Amino acid sequence: MQFKDYYQIMGVARDATQDEIKRAYRKLARKYHPDVSKEPDAETRFKELGEAYEVLKDAEKRTAYDQLGANWKGGQEFRPPPDWNAGFEFSGGGATGGGAADYSAFFESLFGQDFRAGGAGRASPHARGEDHHAKILIDLEDAYHGATRTITLRVPGMDAQGHVTTRERVLNVTIPKGIREGQHIRLGGQGSAGAGGGKAGDLYLQVEFRAHPFYRVDGRDLYLDLPVAPWEAALGATVKVPTLGGIVELKIPEGSGSGRKLRLKGRGIPGDPPGDCTVILAIALPPADTEAAKDFYRKMAQGMNFNPRAKLGV
Amino acid sequence: MTNENNLPQDAICILEEQIQLTLTDLCCACAVHTEQIIELVDVGVLEPLGGEPAQWRFGGASLHRARMALRLQRDLEINLAGAALALELLDEIESLRMRLRATGGG
Repeated sequence: MQFKDYYQIMGVARDATQDEIKRAYRKLARKYHPDVSKEPDAETRFKELGEAYEVLKDAEKRTAYDQLGANWKGGQEFRPPPDWNAGFEFSGGGATGGGAADYSAFFESLFGQDFRAGGAGRASPHARGEDHHAKILIDLEDAYHGATRTITLRVPGMDAQGHVTTRERVLNVTIPKGIREGQHIRLGGQGSAGAGGGKAGDLYLQVEFRAHPFYRVDGRDLYLDLPVAPWEAALGATVKVPTLGGIVELKIPEGSGSGRKLRLKGRGIPGDPPGDCTVILAIALPPADTEAAKDFYRKMAQGMNFNPRAKLGV
Repeated sequence: MTNENNLPQDAICILEEQIQLTLTDLCCACAVHTEQIIELVDVGVLEPLGGEPAQWRFGGASLHRARMALRLQRDLEINLAGAALALELLDEIESLRMRLRATGGG
């Protein structure tokens, strides 16, 4: 397993005071808290930080950790010395958060058993099973039509020896039609089993949409940039627009400019009320890549008295 | 690897739209005591329907709001009023971010 340099993770010196450690934790926790942070590796960083703090804030664990010596580097291959914690008595318990499965193998090897012993015996004889939470990534089309998708979840657990394990769990999930990003699908009774006849917990799947090649989503509303030819925008036209429910015809009013918004009512994600699909016109210029095309542009320049910068006073 | 393909499909629903929770349900799901949920109502993080705590009905969205507020409180070592403020600001950031993305800016 790899050595973890808890001082480096927390960005503090090895002789930092308890107050300095607490301040460093609070600052980094605000930065990497998964509910707050948009850093891509926030969850991993936050777990690492929590683990480092768990050890360094506790005088007993910190002293034991320090005993390993100052020469270890983070990531270095590590095996605890056989008698490394002889003479230390951990009071256990007091975990800041998460289950034992959240800690690294390094932490487990140092503090695992003693640490867990303090927190054992929590479940009452008729306890309801724990709820489980996970995220799933679905296509926008699945939310529009409803769908059945097979998902694979990694479930952390513990084997008979108390080691952390993960197993894969495959589920067929019905994606309810009309679900929005950020909402949760609840699968009743699919969490942990209850103890002593207690009810099983539930499984909650938080829905996220895969980025769509042309729609953007806000709640139930969709937004689509629709390229139109200059003459369609200038003269008006009826053009085809792809919506999630199929192709529809849209009337572009005469004299439309770039950025004009046209609303296709009820063409967003279904619901009560259903969302809209807002089409944003984007005037596309025909390329001037042939002599004939260039001629057209030259004729326009000559024949039209047009100053696009009139409003800028130049 | 276990395969559990035949889930009872009626057990699947959208939490935010099809579920209402009692105070006890919410305490169970968040693994906290009643007082902590009542405190969340007091600081305005949760807004149940009904007068007395025993009659309270929480919308499904309350579950994740409550869990998030409690996580922020615990992990950032702040009080519930602070967590409530963080939650409101996060809501605002999220809606601005969505708007920005929808109009093509992000």
